[in-house]
Amino acid sequence: MAFNIYDFTTLTHDIHQGLSESFSPFVATTIEWVIVGVTYLMFVALFGLFLVYTERKVCAAFQQRLGPMRVGPWGLLQTIADFIKLLMKELIMPRKADWFLYNLAPFIVIIASFLAIAVIPFAPGLQSLDFDIGVFYLTAVSSVGVIGILLAGWSSNNKYSLIGAMRSGAQILSYELSVSLSLLTMVVFAGSMQFSTIVESQRDAWFIFSGHIPAIIAFVVFLVAGTAETNRGPFDLAEAESELVAGFHTEYSGIKFAMFFLAEYINLFIISAVAATVFLGGWMPLHFGNFESFNHIMDFIPPIVWFFMKVLGVIFIIMWFKWTFPRLRVDQILTLEWKYLLPINLINILLMALVVLTKFHF
Amino acid sequence: MNSFIQYIVSIFKGVWTLLVGMKVTGKYFFTPWKHLTHQYPENRDTLVMFERYRGEVIMPHTDNNEHKCTGCGICELNCPNGSIEIITKSIITPEGKKKRVIDRHIYHLGMCTFCNLCVKTCPTGAIVMGQEFEHAVWDRTKLTKVLNKPGSKISEGVKE
Repeated sequence: MAFNIYDFTTLTHDIHQGLSESFSPFVATTIEWVIVGVTYLMFVALFGLFLVYTERKVCAAFQQRLGPMRVGPWGLLQTIADFIKLLMKELIMPRKADWFLYNLAPFIVIIASFLAIAVIPFAPGLQSLDFDIGVFYLTAVSSVGVIGILLAGWSSNNKYSLIGAMRSGAQILSYELSVSLSLLTMVVFAGSMQFSTIVESQRDAWFIFSGHIPAIIAFVVFLVAGTAETNRGPFDLAEAESELVAGFHTEYSGIKFAMFFLAEYINLFIISAVAATVFLGGWMPLHFGNFESFNHIMDFIPPIVWFFMKVLGVIFIIMWFKWTFPRLRVDQILTLEWKYLLPINLINILLMALVVLTKFHF
Repeated sequence: MNSFIQYIVSIFKGVWTLLVGMKVTGKYFFTPWKHLTHQYPENRDTLVMFERYRGEVIMPHTDNNEHKCTGCGICELNCPNGSIEIITKSIITPEGKKKRVIDRHIYHLGMCTFCNLCVKTCPTGAIVMGQEFEHAVWDRTKLTKVLNKPGSKISEGVKE
């Protein structure tokens, strides 16, 4: 097997070749499905644990604290210990809860996250679904998660859960518009909805540089709306620890709670990965027009490292939002979307169309 | 038109105030050496409590085993929850006069709320707040302390 850190297409191709030689096409495809599924599961679980640890450390640093320090060196094993604790906890269901919906809700939330993560291009060749309607698919499946949240709130038979779920519904339905429109702005610029094409067309300059003003506005709007979509602070009305206990997942314990928790962090990763892919060039190295030697040095850093550097950068900015700004009220959150972000977005998409038509871009 | 200008201005003002807030937290994040949390048991040897910290009431003694307490009992009167008991005795001074001096200054650490009233009202400044904070003991009776050391006496020149 030819393993090349710069291009994974040969690796996947070799695996496919090897399996096809010894198995029938049906069995080979099934094994490939399993491999892909296990890879994603492993990645999501490990990256989720890593993100929880990062979040606690970053939060602590923003508040002049140290964060977890006791379990393992620098508290590195803390989240693993927490995860084991969650696995061993008892699953408690409220007596008058709706049994079917109560147990279904965490799966819907996490399945929506898994569906969305499939279209993210990690590196050349490391992308399991490469649609020609990738962006459209992503916006469609990422809003499935809200159904799970609404079901969780409804079926728990708890007033706090229901209030949290209702808030979350209003919020996600509103902010879905801004996310889609800001992505649409970049689709207008790229001329394609396919993620691989979008990344490929950023070879010379990332969209946030080549699209200048409208791209930057779209990036900011996307960051704000994306933060709201993932139910993170300052838009964490759906959970709102200080007022609603824990919002929609108040009544969940053990591994079901862990699923909600994990889904939240996968969603954070997805939003950051989409921002990195659409605005910051995905796995493309940083290239500047004619600086040949500079571009050449940048090419030495593998694409997967570039991708994760960008994603972690965006994640850091979103965490910065969370640990700086106070939580918004429901009416404020809807005012922000319908009176500010939406008009800005609509004007911005016109501006982008104008830029594309006049070819006033780099 | 006017309200439209206000709308535009409000957007920029809002973004500006958000950036100001992010600058404050960003300063905290990027100066990790200024973080406030101490790693307590590890830094026990180097830990210095700050001067204003109220750990316990102590009575400083000089090298000659002398203190400034006159046994007036004002601290006992001012203590809101009776953590201080003053027991005095009479002695005959070399001049042949009878004099009341402190026998035992009893301090119940377990009852103390560290309100600082005794220290504030002490007319001679005999008692102060110490910075020692590791008070865990196995036996409750160990929380009752006698502040004046055995054999100590009042130092010369303390006005009664």
